[in-house]
Amino acid sequence: MNDAPAVIDVTHVSTRFGDAVVHDDVSLTVRRGEVFAIAGGNGCGKSTLLREIILLQQPASGTIEVFGQETGAMTKADVLTLRKRCGVLFQYGALFSSLTVVENVAAPLREHTDLSPSLIRELAILKIALTGFPLASAMKYPNELSGGMRRRAALARAIALDPELLFLDEPTAGLDPLSAGAFDELVQHLKPLLGLTIVLVTHDLDSLWRVADRVAVMGDGKILGSGTMQELSDSKEPLIHEYFHGPRGRAAGEQARTQAWNRK
Amino acid sequence: MRMKDNTVLTMEQSAGISVSPEGIVSCDGPWTLPHLAPLEDRLAAFLWPDGPTVVVNAGKTTAMDTGGAWLLQRSLGALQRDGRQVELRDLRPEFAQLLQIVSTTQAAIPPVEGLGARTKLEQVGFLAWNRLNQWKNGLAFLGESLAAWLRLLATLRSIRWRALCRSLELDGFNALPIVGLLTFLMGVVIAYQGAEQLRKFGTNIFIVDLVGISLLREIAPLVTAILVAGRSGSAYAAQLGTMKVTEELDAVRTLGISPMELLVLPKALALVIALPLLTVYADAVGVFGGMLIASGQLGVSFTEFLTRFEEAVALRHFLIGVGKAPVFAVIIALVGCYQGFQIRGGVDDVGRHTTISVVQAIFLVIVFDAFFSIALNWWGL
Repeated sequence: MNDAPAVIDVTHVSTRFGDAVVHDDVSLTVRRGEVFAIAGGNGCGKSTLLREIILLQQPASGTIEVFGQETGAMTKADVLTLRKRCGVLFQYGALFSSLTVVENVAAPLREHTDLSPSLIRELAILKIALTGFPLASAMKYPNELSGGMRRRAALARAIALDPELLFLDEPTAGLDPLSAGAFDELVQHLKPLLGLTIVLVTHDLDSLWRVADRVAVMGDGKILGSGTMQELSDSKEPLIHEYFHGPRGRAAGEQARTQAWNRK
Repeated sequence: MRMKDNTVLTMEQSAGISVSPEGIVSCDGPWTLPHLAPLEDRLAAFLWPDGPTVVVNAGKTTAMDTGGAWLLQRSLGALQRDGRQVELRDLRPEFAQLLQIVSTTQAAIPPVEGLGARTKLEQVGFLAWNRLNQWKNGLAFLGESLAAWLRLLATLRSIRWRALCRSLELDGFNALPIVGLLTFLMGVVIAYQGAEQLRKFGTNIFIVDLVGISLLREIAPLVTAILVAGRSGSAYAAQLGTMKVTEELDAVRTLGISPMELLVLPKALALVIALPLLTVYADAVGVFGGMLIASGQLGVSFTEFLTRFEEAVALRHFLIGVGKAPVFAVIIALVGCYQGFQIRGGVDDVGRHTTISVVQAIFLVIVFDAFFSIALNWWGL
């Protein structure tokens, strides 16, 4: 895995909101084909880092390279090309409330391709079916859907253009354990299928154990440590230790180990 | 991008499909989304070779995503439905897997009717049902607010003073500048138009009757009400609607507080107090505007104007004007709040109902104003 080319390269990024320091010299690398998770407590700056990578915000200093291009030096055309290669699943789905699910998923296709309306529709329905969204509800509006369904619909929109890079911002937050588990499985199922590289921002320990290949733990605006879950879980760094060995962390870890054992 | 695809003829650059003289179909190039549009047109006009078995050589396909796989699957599926065998050769294993997934997913997709699309008749039914429900909800809201008013009158203690004062400040006091400016201009406009006509007859002093009566009785209350409907009615709808979307209304209910009492009544009460006061203020500023023009254009001095004002403009004109204001206030507050409560869905619903609240409020204000004019004329006032 480690020799795969870097897709995202964050080097020495610092971010400030007024006097509040959000990031202080953050560096990380995401390689092609992996699920890279950014973990950490609430307000540690993980979502801000994500927003900087997907060009919604600018860091105060440092550089972010996506697909080998520096985000700060991009022209408008470069930005558009980059956006077409990335899919983003926002924390609460951010589906357009005036459009049905099918129209939501069709929106990026209609905007960025010249395909016929019927083919766009078919592709949108295909994507919706791929995410396991119940097709009987495909004509409903987002406010008529449950949280889990909304998340799946949003994922269908995020993969509408067959992106190479998929960003998931807290995809399992607010979902019940069953839906959250099913969502994790869905991500694992789709990743090899669509050849995705996934950046996952989460503090869901179960998700981290289950889907993440590598994890970077953030805290105090820094990367406290990164590596596989097993490595991090053996880490001696006090904050990481606390994060993974609190009561919930232990439970998630044990469960993950039992599952791995059962699979053998 | 596409231009380049068409001009550069190397097969790696654009996706294509062709038939060799031996009758073997071959797919080549990247079958991915950016290249699909020309491919779709090409496939629509594509002549498949005859024979019971179609051989498709996909060895030269350089890339494939779900879009490309779907297009290929769709074309091959159509052949198979015609009862022909399809032999797919040399497809890379990862593309074959993608094709496999697409075809199994496709099998699970129900026909369009299964997607919950509504037929025309159903749409008519839904529309009629929604209309009926709107009427029912409107009546229910009216009844509920009436009951709340009566409860309020029975127990004056339950008035929310803080909310009331806040509303008085926001919807009454803060509206002073705009209401003042606009009615001042109305006074100026009326005086200008009147001055032209009155000078012809040499009846300059009647400018006082014209400005006084029209402003006090009609213009000032109407303009004030329309401004307040635009300023506050819309704000009520948007505020209550957003509170509904974010479940704040439900939170209020679970705390044992009636949203009607906490949110609607203070607003309505504040408007009932503020709108007559604003109207009096508008009367004064408007008449002052007329007075300025009268002295400038017609040579009617301020003293003359005010002496004549006392004689010509009966008290009832002022009272009728101010008396209409509380009615307008109730209309504006109730329409705004009602539309706010009607918001169900998300963001665009807030915008829609805010618009409706302003349009309905202004419409009803003018209708009631006309109704007052007719009724008062009937009674000879």
